Amino acid sequence: MSDNNKVTRTIDEINSRIKAGKAVVVNAREMADIVRDQGKVKAAREVDVVTTGTFSPMCSSGMIFNFGQKPPMIKGHKIYLNNVPCYGGLAAVDAYIGVTETIENDPLNKVYPGKFAYGGGHVIENLVSGQSVHLYVQGYGTDCYPRKMLEKDITLDELKTAVLFNPRNAYQNYNCAVNLTNSIKYTYMGPLRANMGNLNFATAGCLSPLFNDPYLLTTGLGTRIFLGGGIGYVIGEGTQHNPDPPRNERGIPKLPSGTLMVKGDLHGMNSRYLRGVSFAGYGCSMAVGIGIPIPVLNEEIAWYTGVDDSDIHMPVIDYGYDYGAGKAKILAYVTHEQLLSGSVEINEKKVTTVPLTSRYMSLEIADLLKDWIQSGEFLLTQAQDKIESN
Amino acid sequence: MQTAEEYSKIISLHFAPEVVRKPMMYNLAKKFDLTFNILKAKISPREEGHMILELSGNLEDFKKGISYLQEHGISIRDVAQTITRDERLCTHCGVCTALCFNRALSLDKVTRQILFNDARCTACSNCTRICPVGAMHVESNGES
Repeated sequence: MSDNNKVTRTIDEINSRIKAGKAVVVNAREMADIVRDQGKVKAAREVDVVTTGTFSPMCSSGMIFNFGQKPPMIKGHKIYLNNVPCYGGLAAVDAYIGVTETIENDPLNKVYPGKFAYGGGHVIENLVSGQSVHLYVQGYGTDCYPRKMLEKDITLDELKTAVLFNPRNAYQNYNCAVNLTNSIKYTYMGPLRANMGNLNFATAGCLSPLFNDPYLLTTGLGTRIFLGGGIGYVIGEGTQHNPDPPRNERGIPKLPSGTLMVKGDLHGMNSRYLRGVSFAGYGCSMAVGIGIPIPVLNEEIAWYTGVDDSDIHMPVIDYGYDYGAGKAKILAYVTHEQLLSGSVEINEKKVTTVPLTSRYMSLEIADLLKDWIQSGEFLLTQAQDKIESN
Repeated sequence: MQTAEEYSKIISLHFAPEVVRKPMMYNLAKKFDLTFNILKAKISPREEGHMILELSGNLEDFKKGISYLQEHGISIRDVAQTITRDERLCTHCGVCTALCFNRALSLDKVTRQILFNDARCTACSNCTRICPVGAMHVESNGES
């Protein structure tokens, strides 16, 4: 396949051009126009790197941290940051806080729909924005770890290790949610009015990382990325990764399929791109900003990065009953272009579309990554292992 | 008939108990030829009334109607002042538009930013409940 390519270049060659300040970098929105107007071969000749971006709630996210000892030593058993429980089943002062964890004694959905005003994602946002958070640790006391309680205010700078570690991010395609029942539903896809009063969707469309690399040709273990305003890495396939989805004629999966596991040092991140969020009636989460650079190694990759919003078909699922019951009957397919227009027609009814993903912020991220590469401060890495995709 | 003088505004009315039982809305329509669309109405146990309505008509008639209401002890406020957006917090995701029935919050198709047209806001407070980042605020002065 690659033997027949008219254009070939390596990541090393691209990095040399980046260092020389000569790399041609465009965002995925611009690349869609370039490929459409000039064709994939010309686009591949002209463009070195395409930048993608997304800013969306990503529930499978969290922080691995090490809060440090203060003699006498402690083995953390129950650990809280700002009263949000953390997982401490690790070595003495290692812990993990997940973004959907709610503050202790949150009323949850006892008064429906619950507010879920504060959770793990908010703790991470607070830390990254420079605020101090309250650490409370209980130990059960051992011969080697006699301390039974540790309590202090800490800032991100005081945490030796604070790594954003997200088991499943950047979903390749996602369900659009509607509600076919006759009462409002509050879901992780946002509020859904009765009788298909609105349709909610969560993707950055043609800017979304894995729509631009549908077969994960360049995105793999070790790919350096924009993560939460800092530097991160793809560390493999995410949980629930599906390598064998049905695809449309352009190779775009027609179901939620590829996912990424990512990590990055929180110390270099920016709270503008890591935002604790609350979904009424559902729970807490965090909106994560991710941007993945795609090296245009040949015209085949140029073609994939030329994906347009009209090329993306997304399934519509009933979240009023079907989703919760474990039935994923696809009511219809809609293109992302239709979703962006403000309304779609399903079963002969005009339905208002509501985004959960900030397209505005997604573009900002793609453009910021573009600036980083153009200014020579961000070099591309070669993936060390491929993520399966067929 | 839409004329150059046609005027429309969403206002918030507060009725003292002694006014609650008077047919103010009927008089507004009959005496001043104004049309009204009641967006929210509530009478408290102490018989104080609160109503949000969109009032439309000839500008001169509109002004007369407002004066008439005020003369009868009804306090009138702009609804727009009661809901605000913290621009530093908004991520322009769009979730708020799901329950903004009067389309005060809408998506700009070009910039993909969420616009807040406070003239259309009915202060229903749905957005303050569902905004994921808590960017929408309602003034708490015991009126909601």
